[in-house]
Amino acid sequence: MDFNLDLFLQILIIGITYGAMIALIALGYTLVYGIVELINFAHGEVFMMGAFFTMQVVLWVGVTSESATVAVVGALALALLAAMAFSGGINYFIDRVAYRRLRNAPRLAPLIAAIGFSFILQNIAIYWRGSNPVTPEAVIPLEIRSLNILTAWFGLDTNLRVRLIDFLVVLVTIPILIGLSWFVYRTRTGAAMRATAQDREAAALMGIDVNRTIGTAFLIGGALAGAAGMIAVYYLNSARFQMGFQYGLFAFTAAVLGGIGNLSGAVLGGFLIGIIWAMSDGFIRQFIPEWGAQWTPTVIFGLLILVLVFRPSGLLGEQVPDRA
Amino acid sequence: MAQDRIGTLIAQLHRQNIDRREFAQRAGAIGLSATLIGQVLRAVPAAAQDATPEADGAMSIGNPDIEHITETELGMVKFISSWPLTGASEQLGGDMVASLQMALDDFGNAAGGFAIEYTAMDDGIAANNGSWDAAREAEIATSVVNDPDAMVYIATYNSGAAAVSIPILNQADPGPMAMISPANTYPGLTKDSPNNEEGEPDRYYPTGVRNYMRVVPADDLQGPAAAAWAVENAGLSSAYVLHDNQLYGRGVAVAFRDTFEDLGGAIAGFEAFDQNAPDYLALMTSIASSAPDVIYVGAITNLNPGKLLQDMRSVMPASEVTFIGPDGLINQAFIDGAGEAAQDAYVTFAGLPPNALQGAGAEWYARIRELLGHEPDAYAVYAYEAAVVAIQALDQVQDNDRVAILEAMFSTTNFAGLLGTWEFLETGDTSLTTVSLNQIQDGGIVFLEEIAAPPVA
Repeated sequence: MDFNLDLFLQILIIGITYGAMIALIALGYTLVYGIVELINFAHGEVFMMGAFFTMQVVLWVGVTSESATVAVVGALALALLAAMAFSGGINYFIDRVAYRRLRNAPRLAPLIAAIGFSFILQNIAIYWRGSNPVTPEAVIPLEIRSLNILTAWFGLDTNLRVRLIDFLVVLVTIPILIGLSWFVYRTRTGAAMRATAQDREAAALMGIDVNRTIGTAFLIGGALAGAAGMIAVYYLNSARFQMGFQYGLFAFTAAVLGGIGNLSGAVLGGFLIGIIWAMSDGFIRQFIPEWGAQWTPTVIFGLLILVLVFRPSGLLGEQVPDRA
Repeated sequence: MAQDRIGTLIAQLHRQNIDRREFAQRAGAIGLSATLIGQVLRAVPAAAQDATPEADGAMSIGNPDIEHITETELGMVKFISSWPLTGASEQLGGDMVASLQMALDDFGNAAGGFAIEYTAMDDGIAANNGSWDAAREAEIATSVVNDPDAMVYIATYNSGAAAVSIPILNQADPGPMAMISPANTYPGLTKDSPNNEEGEPDRYYPTGVRNYMRVVPADDLQGPAAAAWAVENAGLSSAYVLHDNQLYGRGVAVAFRDTFEDLGGAIAGFEAFDQNAPDYLALMTSIASSAPDVIYVGAITNLNPGKLLQDMRSVMPASEVTFIGPDGLINQAFIDGAGEAAQDAYVTFAGLPPNALQGAGAEWYARIRELLGHEPDAYAVYAYEAAVVAIQALDQVQDNDRVAILEAMFSTTNFAGLLGTWEFLETGDTSLTTVSLNQIQDGGIVFLEEIAAPPVA
């Protein structure tokens, strides 16, 4: 079969959108791992909580698709901040009540605590909104969501579609990524985080409050997950208590692929996984007729195994504390 | 039971046999274990009412030659049902329980000299969005087999779940125990069909004796009828077929595909979708590039077809691509899950939707609608019929003899039901063959016409 360029580009666009969301979640995994060497398996659920809280905030504010554009944009911005605060708070809370107490316990203990927390959060979500998929309040009208900005804004004559919602996903993600790297590399707290990541004891000797620094990492990681949750709600137009599970695993794979602990690696891994996901769902079938979306998780988790076996430090190299 | 025990404990405390601390511990343990058992079983104690000897208006349903006995001097027997009751199945499962209970009430909760106690079990688990779980279903079927008072197992909703429990009931002691389904439509459970997996249906009946019946027509009618309608009436020539990779969803999708091809249509693709995927946009974009006229989705509501339809409509408007689904989607949860995207989607159903029933069926519809306060789920009518089949068998046998009850149920004939008069074939299938085509319009299900499978060549 001929190479269908239009379809390839279209799927690529979808993949980049998927990737933006995965990158945001993967950053939370990698930020925490880089500092405490803990895979926070509750992270996917923290993301899901952000999604649920977003819908709650929009309900509280009470905007609808009939409201003025300013009101809708304002409500969504508020929801974004609220979801970031909420998810960051949850992540900080989990660290405070569970992981901090297990800081010097065998590695398995915090890992199991993380899995436990992920179940607790899932059940809270079932209690909150039930186990059916929840459709968010339609604050963004369908015509605007699916407006093709390539033809509408740029006047291009093309079959390709970049929906406004796809554009918004990337638009919200990129400033957050830039803001994060500014924070980590240009602020005192960021320097403290990097120092703690390199050598916790030496950092403590230098007067860094290690627990506070770790808490900050959880807070920021959670906030990123909350932002991803807010984006996911309006991108998917649906939310469910289990949504964090598959996203979380994909993001974890992305973090490992890029090199766990490495911030740029997580972003790179996120976009790669997003594109692989979209290609496997929508494009490989052009060449392998039996290929279907059912194989996507197999491909992604197969990739995870390959990376762990052949290049455990990931594409850009892992950054973890030095061991004395 | 827990209350009795707490009563005993209080008495002990009064007699000062135990001190307060011990009392608190024991009471706590009883409370906790009672809660746990309740949680684990998730049983709905639907029918604890006493049998009332007066039965009214019941005689119009069932075989009119069988006399109904409302005395209860012989004791008590149990009917147990099993299908999902939570998550996306909350309404359809609950409606079926209500309809089954209505049948029992109509017959005075008694038959053949016994009071009938009904328990509704849930074979769904939250992790599957309430959809059935094989381990749960096996657990329930085993407990039913081991309960000497249990006479009839009215189950399941999902064909895959029936494949788990039929063999368990088939090997009951002293002989195969009766299982009757109001909703399983996978053909291979009972009969030879071109798409059966190897060894079906015999592998479900290790003893060689048939113990399973269904009052609903199977999918070897539904899939082909939908395909015939698509090609011949709607003039659709290219189809993309998706399924949820379960016994039922895949089975009905295969049946649709084969007939669609036989009638000269082209199949652009046939594949499973991943129920856990958060998004299907890439999949749907790819499908759109093959420009099908119709997408057929063989799936049940719990496995995310609502989101699938949403994503389909974001790249393929209803005016260009038709959506057809089987009866696994004919429920409110699917319509709600798909939202605006559900508009104009077609769903077929083995039988007639409740609001299109005639005669006794129309009467039932009016009653259950009033009882529930909403449109009843399409399968609720079959739950009623399944219960009546079991009641009439007990009326004939007049003994708590599982084997005899099974035989009596299997030989049901001349049954004047809510959908017409039917009998059981030797496979345990109903002789009814009605398939209806329905459309989702403005959030409701609208009956369009009866459709038929093409004659087998």
